[in-house]
Amino acid sequence: MIRLFWRDLTLAFRSGGGFGLGLGFFLILVTLVPFGVGPNSERLMAIAPGILWVGALLACLLSLDRIFALDFEDGSLDLLATAPIPLEGVVAVKALAHWITTGLPLVLAAPALGFLLHLDSAAYRWLIITLLIGTPALSFIGAFGAALTVGLKRGGLLMSLLVLPLYIPTLIFGAEVIRRGAGGFLVATPLAMQAGITAGSVALLPFAAAAAIRVALR
Amino acid sequence: MKLIYVKNLTVARGGMPVLEGLSFDVSSGEILVLRGPNGAGKTTLLRTLAGLQPPYAGTVETAPDAVAYAAHADGLKTTLTVRENLMFWAGVYGGRDIGPALRDFNLDSLSERPAGNLSAGQKRRLGLARLRVTHRPVWVLDEPTVSLDVASVDLFAAAVKAHVASGGAAIIATHIQLGFEETVFDVTPYKARMDVVRDDFDEAFL
Repeated sequence: MIRLFWRDLTLAFRSGGGFGLGLGFFLILVTLVPFGVGPNSERLMAIAPGILWVGALLACLLSLDRIFALDFEDGSLDLLATAPIPLEGVVAVKALAHWITTGLPLVLAAPALGFLLHLDSAAYRWLIITLLIGTPALSFIGAFGAALTVGLKRGGLLMSLLVLPLYIPTLIFGAEVIRRGAGGFLVATPLAMQAGITAGSVALLPFAAAAAIRVALR
Repeated sequence: MKLIYVKNLTVARGGMPVLEGLSFDVSSGEILVLRGPNGAGKTTLLRTLAGLQPPYAGTVETAPDAVAYAAHADGLKTTLTVRENLMFWAGVYGGRDIGPALRDFNLDSLSERPAGNLSAGQKRRLGLARLRVTHRPVWVLDEPTVSLDVASVDLFAAAVKAHVASGGAAIIATHIQLGFEETVFDVTPYKARMDVVRDDFDEAFL
C-alpha cells in the first residue's frame, strides 16, 4: 500500500500529473474575485470566508476524475483489483494521495490568498484549521464519486453532480467556522460537525467506493 | 496438484451468459490454451477466473492469491521508467528483485526509459515481465502475444515454460501456436444458448 501511495505521488509530480492543477485554479479564482467585486475592503472581508471555501472545493473537484479514470484506462485498476492489496485500501491510499497533492497545497496557500481578500486577522487561524480538517473529506467523498463513475466515458459532469451536494455540509460548516471565528464567537459546534463529516467519510467511503469499483470492473 | 478447479461454470458479459457448462481443471505444470473465435467469451472467462467478476452460475475454486492476471491493457504508467513500473508491481506483491524479470524479457537495456517511449511490443514485454514479479502460481493471460515480434514470442514462450516447469500453471487465450505441450480447450461448443428463458432476470442489473 505504501508502494501505491508513493507511486501516486510520483505520478502526480511527473509531467502531466495532477499536482498544481487545483492549486493553480484556486490562485486564479481568488485573485480574480477582487477584480470582479471591486476593491472595497469591507465587502471583500465579508465574502472572503465563503470565496476561499468555494474556491478550495472547486479546485478539489477539478482533479477528482483523475483518481481512478487514468488507472481504469491503462488497465492498472484491473491489475490492482487482482493484487494482494484490498480494494478498500487502494481507494483509501489513492484518496490520501489526492489530498496530499491537492488539499494540502490549498491549506498552505490559503493564508496568502486570505490576505488578498482582506480576511479578518482573527480568522486566519480558523481558515487554516477548517481547511486542514475539511479538505480530507473533499478527497474521500470525491474518491467515492470518482469510483461511481469510473467506467463511464466523459463521466466528469455526472461525477460533479453526484459529488457537489455531498460537499455542501463541509462547505457550510467550514465557512461558518471562519465567519464565527472572525466575529469572536464560539466555533466549537460547526467545527465538531465538520470534523465529524471528515471522520465519517474517511471511515466509511473507502468501502462504498471499493464496492462501486468492483461493479464497474465486471 | 490442482490449482484451478472449474465446475459447471457459466460466465456472463453485461448480464448475458456467453459461455455455459464449462468444467475443467488445471494442475501444476499444465498449460491450458483457450481457443475460440472473436467474441466467443474467452476474455469474460479469464476475467471470471481472475476473480474480477463473479460466476453467473457454477463454481471456480482456486487457492487464495494464486492467480496473476494479464489483460489486453498492460497497466503501465507512461511517465514512470521501466524499472519504476516493475518495482511498483514487485512491491505490491511483496518482492524487491526485478532482475530476473528484466532479463527474461530482454528489458535490461531499456530499464531507465519512460514506459511512454517504448514501442507497442516493448510495452507488451514489460506488461508480461510483471507476471514474473508476482510470484503467483497460475498465470491467466489474455492474448499475451499481441504486437510481439517472433523473437519476443520465443522469449515469452520460454518464460511460460520455465514458469510451469517450476510448478506453476498457465491459462492462455491465444490464436497462435506457441510451441509448447499444451492442453487445448476450445470454448466454441460451450456457447450459451440464447433461446432459453432465464428466470433470474434482475441479475442483469447487478
